[in-house]
Amino acid sequence: MPTPAERTSPLVSLRDVRFAYGEREVLRGIDLSVHRGQVVAIMGGSGCGKTTLLRLIGGQLRATGGTVEVEGRDVARLSGKELYALRRRMGMLFQFGALFTDMSVHDNVAFPLREHTALPADMIHDLVLMKLQAVGLRGAAKLHPNELSGGMARRVALARAVALDPMLILYDEPFAGLDPISLGIIGQLIRRLNDALGASSVMVTHDVHESLAIVDYIYFVSDGRIVAQGTPAEIRASTDPFVHQFVHAEADGPVPFHYPAAPIDSLLDEEGA
Amino acid sequence: MNAITAALRRIGAMSIDGIWRLGFATRFLLAVLMNSGQSLRRIHLTIRELFFSGVLSLLIIVVSGLFVGLVLGLQGYDILQRYGSADAVGVMVALSLLRELGPVIAALLFASRAGSAITAEIGLMKTTEQLKAMDMMAVNPIARVVAPRFWGGVLSMPLLAALFSAMGIFGGWFITVVVIGVDDGAFWSQMQAAVEFEYDVLNGVIKSAVFGTVVSLIAVFEGYDCQPTAEGVSRAITRTVVTSALAILALDFVLTSFMFRG
Repeated sequence: MPTPAERTSPLVSLRDVRFAYGEREVLRGIDLSVHRGQVVAIMGGSGCGKTTLLRLIGGQLRATGGTVEVEGRDVARLSGKELYALRRRMGMLFQFGALFTDMSVHDNVAFPLREHTALPADMIHDLVLMKLQAVGLRGAAKLHPNELSGGMARRVALARAVALDPMLILYDEPFAGLDPISLGIIGQLIRRLNDALGASSVMVTHDVHESLAIVDYIYFVSDGRIVAQGTPAEIRASTDPFVHQFVHAEADGPVPFHYPAAPIDSLLDEEGA
Repeated sequence: MNAITAALRRIGAMSIDGIWRLGFATRFLLAVLMNSGQSLRRIHLTIRELFFSGVLSLLIIVVSGLFVGLVLGLQGYDILQRYGSADAVGVMVALSLLRELGPVIAALLFASRAGSAITAEIGLMKTTEQLKAMDMMAVNPIARVVAPRFWGGVLSMPLLAALFSAMGIFGGWFITVVVIGVDDGAFWSQMQAAVEFEYDVLNGVIKSAVFGTVVSLIAVFEGYDCQPTAEGVSRAITRTVVTSALAILALDFVLTSFMFRG
């Protein structure tokens, strides 16, 4: 059980985090916190560094500057063993589920339990069915991933991500490519599972409306920086031009419609001459 | 002049790239060896891969071995009977298969059947983020996915080569003794007298073990190292087959020159 001090301190905290892929700097000083029990969304356009942020929290990448702390421990300083110990208490939902294609739905969900616990087979079976029941797919336990729709695969991956009752769940674009019904189901499951497990969730997404309905706090990332943040109510009422453009899906604004180019007039002048 | 400089530059870049990849592959082999404990402790993981690499390659190995033996028998009889030594056809068939053709052809077939499948499987797991998902679940993909496939290949290769040689000898016997009418007793007794266990059989087994290790390493490395795209996986599969074939033939020459100097 966390101590009272731990309960008030953020579970995940990023301070002045910078990251570059070679010469290309994608994060230029990010500060954000995720408190226990919260569902936090990180939003921004495609390629703005959202997924990189998630990978930094999960320890798959190391920041080139600043600190990424989970439970007060700097992820970049953990040894391989310590990092794996931390990841056992994390769950991650990948963009397209990343289910193991050579295993059934049942075995996919059982995988982390079999790898990390010494529980007897019948107990693992019961736990798997409970997790699948929570995502509404107990009846699909015997199917293989190639027999599932995109939304079902995402739900199975969600059951697998929470198989070990994690303290932190990371979601990489959980709504990408889903039909409206599946989208609503995944959104509700994220909220319900987070609250039922007493976990915290970090969700990287660009689906504004679904996220505003379920999250506690939102960070907007653009050009490698946090440009806006707030609760869903604050975001809805925000007059910030970037937030306004994002929430109302406007084609032009702080994020320009045109890729930088010479003015069209100069091109016409050249042709005229 | 420019064309020569450009060509030289390209050769230089390819050489450096090749050396880098050789270095990566060596480090990868060390990582696989260091993470092999689980393949032994949870032996069912390795047995499963032994099935996929070994048992599923049986058909191509058995059929190819049989036909190679039939052809060897026909050609051997045709040449040897000119010198009145048709009875020695058994010796020729057995020595060619045990020393060279068995290990080499079985390894080439193994690289195209099982090696390409291993590369494709690991490459697709990487492309669909399954390896990353495993890593995020605190399960080391080298220990869980790569090492069992590597050991499955290493163990199945000598067995497949032995089976290839056995089928080849059977094919040679069938065509020369049953079909052509060479004396059955002479066929087997001359073979028994000429084939030495350590010099011929064991050296063949050592060759196939070396080929099995190299092909399995190339297959798992190319899969793990591929670009995570459809094109990247397809290129990795091609590289597995081409690099394995070249490595098998080059290593065969080196091993033969050490083993059979006369």
